[in-house]
Amino acid sequence: MVKILVFVESRDNKIKNAGIEAASKAYSVSKELGAEAEALLIGSSVTSIANELGAYGISKAFVIEDSRLEKYSTTAYAKAIAEAVKARGADILFLSATAMGKDVAPRVAARLEAGLAVDCTNLKIENGEIIATRPVYAGKAYIDLKINSPVKIFSLRPNVFKPQKSEKSNVSVEKLDIAFDDKDFSSQVKEVVVSSEKLDVSEADIVVSGGRGLKGPEHFYLVEDLAKVLGGAAGASRAIVDAGWRPHGDQVGQTGKTVSPKLYIACGISGAIQHLAGMSSSKCIVAINKDKDAPIFQVADYGIVGDVFEILPALTEELKKVMAN
Amino acid sequence: MKIAICISQVPDTTTKVKIGADGKSIDPAGVTYIINPYDEFAVEAALQLKEKQGGETIALIVGKEVSKEVMRKAYAMGIEKGILIKTDLELDSYAVARNLADVLNEINPDIIICGKQSIDYDDHQVGSLVAEMLGIPSISVVVGLTVEGGKVSAEREIEGGKEVVEAALPVVIATQRGLNNPRYPNLKGIMQAKSKPIEERQPTYTDNKTEILSMSLPKPKAKGKIVGTDVSAVPELVKMLREEAKVI
Repeated sequence: MVKILVFVESRDNKIKNAGIEAASKAYSVSKELGAEAEALLIGSSVTSIANELGAYGISKAFVIEDSRLEKYSTTAYAKAIAEAVKARGADILFLSATAMGKDVAPRVAARLEAGLAVDCTNLKIENGEIIATRPVYAGKAYIDLKINSPVKIFSLRPNVFKPQKSEKSNVSVEKLDIAFDDKDFSSQVKEVVVSSEKLDVSEADIVVSGGRGLKGPEHFYLVEDLAKVLGGAAGASRAIVDAGWRPHGDQVGQTGKTVSPKLYIACGISGAIQHLAGMSSSKCIVAINKDKDAPIFQVADYGIVGDVFEILPALTEELKKVMAN
Repeated sequence: MKIAICISQVPDTTTKVKIGADGKSIDPAGVTYIINPYDEFAVEAALQLKEKQGGETIALIVGKEVSKEVMRKAYAMGIEKGILIKTDLELDSYAVARNLADVLNEINPDIIICGKQSIDYDDHQVGSLVAEMLGIPSISVVVGLTVEGGKVSAEREIEGGKEVVEAALPVVIATQRGLNNPRYPNLKGIMQAKSKPIEERQPTYTDNKTEILSMSLPKPKAKGKIVGTDVSAVPELVKMLREEAKVI
């Protein structure tokens, strides 16, 4: 029987949303393939949290526990995951295309001489094989691909595969014994620095971005005020990041972050092709721009052709009123 | 210190993607190739490291004849030596990494620096694959880097923050925007780059693990609504976002 192993990501011994999504998808794919799905958790103390996966169809979980695994180590986690695949005789490995997943997956692939499809946004089964769809060129195009190596690895883009609750099963949890030596921890996280209280554009449900139309960094508060009312994050076009108005981490676009929030509001952004690549998969797009021919209106669901200096304060005020009700 | 840099060629970011005749890749007609923007941070990091600590810089690229132009950009910025592993085959990340690892094994660098991903396939695999193949640590999405006393300390971006990661040399570093500001080549550099030789090698591994079946464009969006042309449109917009789009 084909076996799927899903690495369920946790941090500080708490399962991450992306981990639940991957576990749930592993279960649904296993049903479709007539396969078995097993979960893998790694950390210093993860046995007790494995039970949460029962609500998503997982009935068997394996844990690799070691005090040195409390903090993420690329090299040690790569070894742990690859050894678990071997120990369980898994044919397919799922993980999440998060910062951790993106970092560790290729190393696991190299260890297992396996093909890896990263950042998948859809998986379908054809003739018993998984065909993955994933964005390329920052979302300007998509490819369908399959993996031809004996072990196949798929990393799933977060926030795409909605977890499906299933009849709750009891999770049997077993420890996998993997022997680590110091060399396995050749890279080690020394410290995690959380950046203020600021919400990251790639994680926000609502993103309000500003561009050149704001005329100067001193006007960026217009974008931040609107983002604040909506409980969203403030993003920026490449032009104003290059001009030094905003930090690079806020940049949305092909050489910045790809975002797909439920609402994206582009303020004074013309919509260069690099920018559109990073945000056009947003569920609802609003554009506010003086130039009615700006390319941003091509991808916008709603637009106001007008001056950001007038529209933004009015929109912020209107939303304050509406949200208060 | 021996510093190796892995670079790649990508279509210019202004490229409008059109699907090619094979249905699996982009139509190359009219496409201009540039050095992958994330690799410019890698080149800059290598040059800064060399300027501070001395040593030599060697760039590697897996690609076609057109890749030579990209290598010349790296030369113009200040890279001293370049190796092109030349193939007309479309290799996947695994195969590219194997070819790089084979040459790197022979060069035996103290540090290997590459961009975190190429902006065509956005695969973010090659740096970490190479590191595992060489049996050395890797740090990806790096926005801060210190190399001292045979050790590196790097800051890497994660969701909502940064991780500070330490590792001993040799190590692979995959660079992210924000690490540095890549220099512009000066005229002298550009002129010298033109005549500098590029060593050519044959690929040592051409066996892809993945197979692209098709490429498609995202579905075009239905034409949006222009709600208005001044502040009077604001209440209507808010109403539509609440009642029609149901996003707030």
